[in-house]
Amino acid sequence: MALDDLKNAYVAFDRVQKSYDGEILVVKDLNLAIGKGEFLTMLGPSGSGKTTCLMMLAGFETATHGDILLDGKPINNIPPHKRGIGMVFQNYALFPHMTVGENLAFPLEVRKIGKSERDDMVKAALDMVQMGDFAGRRPAQLSGGQQQRIALARALVFKPELVLMDEPLGALDKQLREQMQYEIKHLHESLGITVVYVTHDQSEALTMSDRVAVFEDGRIQQLATPADLYERPENAFVAQFIGENNTLNATITGVEGNMVAVDIDGGMKGHALAVNCGGVGTRTILSIRPERVALNSDGPNKADAKVMELIYLGDHIRCRLVVSGNDKFIVKVPNSAGQKHLVVGETTPISWHSEDCRALDA
Amino acid sequence: MSDATTTGPVLAADGTPLKKSLSKALRRQKIRALMLIAPLLLFVTVTFILPIGDMLFRSVENEIVSNILPRTVVELDSWDSTSGDLPDEAVYAALAADLLIAVENRTHIKVGIRLNYELSGMTSLFKKTGRVVDDFDPDLTFAEQFIDIRDDWGEVETWQTIQMYSSVYTNGYFVSAIDMRKGPDGLERLPDGQRVYITSMIRTLVMTLAITLLCLIIGYPVAWLLANLPMAKANLLMILVLLPFWTSLLVRTSAWKVLLQKQGVINDVLVWIGIISDDSRLAMINNQAGTIITMTHILLPFMILPLYSVMKGIPPTYLRAAKSLGATNWTAFWRVYFPQSVPGIGAGAILVFILSVGYYITPELVGGPSGKFLSNWIAEFVLARPNWGLAAALGAILLGLVMFLYVLYDKIVGIDNVKLG
Ligand SMILES: Nc1ncnc2c1ncn2[C@@H]1O[C@H](COP(=O)(O)OP(=O)(O)O)[C@@H](O)[C@H]1O
Ligand SMILES: [Mg+2]
Repeated sequence: MALDDLKNAYVAFDRVQKSYDGEILVVKDLNLAIGKGEFLTMLGPSGSGKTTCLMMLAGFETATHGDILLDGKPINNIPPHKRGIGMVFQNYALFPHMTVGENLAFPLEVRKIGKSERDDMVKAALDMVQMGDFAGRRPAQLSGGQQQRIALARALVFKPELVLMDEPLGALDKQLREQMQYEIKHLHESLGITVVYVTHDQSEALTMSDRVAVFEDGRIQQLATPADLYERPENAFVAQFIGENNTLNATITGVEGNMVAVDIDGGMKGHALAVNCGGVGTRTILSIRPERVALNSDGPNKADAKVMELIYLGDHIRCRLVVSGNDKFIVKVPNSAGQKHLVVGETTPISWHSEDCRALDA
Repeated sequence: MSDATTTGPVLAADGTPLKKSLSKALRRQKIRALMLIAPLLLFVTVTFILPIGDMLFRSVENEIVSNILPRTVVELDSWDSTSGDLPDEAVYAALAADLLIAVENRTHIKVGIRLNYELSGMTSLFKKTGRVVDDFDPDLTFAEQFIDIRDDWGEVETWQTIQMYSSVYTNGYFVSAIDMRKGPDGLERLPDGQRVYITSMIRTLVMTLAITLLCLIIGYPVAWLLANLPMAKANLLMILVLLPFWTSLLVRTSAWKVLLQKQGVINDVLVWIGIISDDSRLAMINNQAGTIITMTHILLPFMILPLYSVMKGIPPTYLRAAKSLGATNWTAFWRVYFPQSVPGIGAGAILVFILSVGYYITPELVGGPSGKFLSNWIAEFVLARPNWGLAAALGAILLGLVMFLYVLYDKIVGIDNVKLG
């Protein structure tokens, strides 16, 4: 990433490294530029260093190496309470000995905002999350979803321009989680704030974000829009982590423009889009999305597959097949008229387009 | 409900009314539960409730005079103690009869000792009278002969005392315990030099509060470290906190004697550094300072442990949340962390206070004359000069004080705001 980019960004990580114990780098050479008003999600498995990055941005951890810039200025030496960054914690961290109203008034009090103005701001923030009637309650008297809204309101009440959220919906049930995803997204749009969001839930990341940074082992594996991440993963980790994915091991036998010819382990031959692979003779992992596989022999890449398992899911049927020795090959068959009816044990032809098959790093 | 059931009571499956069979089932459950805790109940009763009850009873019990001098008590009942006249001959005769029996049973000395608490000289009066009670001459009046034995029998005060303490129950011990005595015209305060117990009570309370406060001031940061240091260091610190528990109380107290005395380690170091000169060494032992220092050290773990267990339950994210909302370190601590640690402060303070207010051995060893607690008086009246009634009254007052403070605490802080673990 060009330094110019970092300078213009609202939040920038410039070659940031972090180690807790002096032996293992938990964050390795992180470069990331976040634009003003952007909703950026850090997505990755547990332990990949997402929280650490967020804590460095909030000022609770110091970077071992590198700079973090906010609005073009390094903030390494600014203590957390002077950074003016709103934060939503995973367990909400609502102060249990204060009422909801006092919780919300807290950031305004420490900023020495007058009583009447404070009351107005608290009321506005509570109304914003539809919790106007709850100012007198204690956090313990609220449900998980309500606590979540209060935590959100508290992080926003002092009108920060940057808000960090660390798995804020992790403790909610699925339905509530989806509802809150939309509400957070709408708040982000209506307030024009910049949001850095951490989650390990890929569907959450895809739903909410302008861009997603996929973390693995302290590195960003890919930084892209949700659509690009799903449709154009750049490496095997991202392809596997985002959405459902079929993989086939193969060796490259020829390069033709942006396509490669491959020998798939198990004897099959085919073509794939060259995305992140080496030259002739190197190994590669082919990635094909389940919905891009057809149950016919019309495409350029054909194979015979044995049906191992069928799972009825209402709108579609998930079929587990054996393809070239891979017995976890999934195909989604729409539950619509004119679709072929499969039986466990039978052998069926399958095919896919070469552009839907991406040759990635082995 | 359908209309069929509205006509009568709801019945159980076997036809008995549901209410009845429910209460029967519950009763069986209750009895079983009671049997389960019966041994514990017995243990608590025998080791705790009975002794305390006995103590409270002893503080008002006064059967001895009416038991040993029954006739005298009856005769003396009609005597007007305020008239200034001596009781009439019948009283003296009754006393002679009572004493004859008492001397035979060797109980006359006991009455003497009991009455001596109220009026000094009574022990020897009864002793001397007991020796000659056989030799009464029936031709002379008993009054004359008694006054012959000792002039005291001709003093109105002697008879006033016997009359005053002839009832089966008395508030006399409590009256003495608050530095008063019963005069002919109601309660009166003892002369200045003899008032000791009230002073001792106030001193006990003030010193106990000082010890509690010191424990809190020293214990709070230690508990905070315990709760927030990394595991390995916290464990080491915990061992240091618990170390005193592994050492005998007497050893620890004696160690403080060595440290604090005039020629002791601390004074030596202070002189050596030059903070104090050799002839102005600090007196830190055998006074209040000695008691406070030593007791603070001994009771410190009782403050640290409840504080620690409460602090351990306060997630560090609260402090982070406060700081992310714009609070300085101090504000975050004071507004967010401290209020949540109050239950630990309450538990620790109550524990230290109650342990300290009844402490006896340490003040005895390092307190000197000015650093003694009320419990040292109680011990004295139990061991050195037996007056169990007064000891019991002092103990009851101490118990009342602790309970009063407990209620006060409940009113101000709320007792449900205490967390012991
Ligand atoms: N305070 C800490 N001290 C030492 N190691 C830590 C600390 N916090 C996190 N780690 C380690 O750093 C790595 C990344 O952790 P984290 O940033 O919390 O990951 P994530 O949020 O992606 O799950 C993990 O291996 C974790 O064990
Ligand atoms: Mg995390």
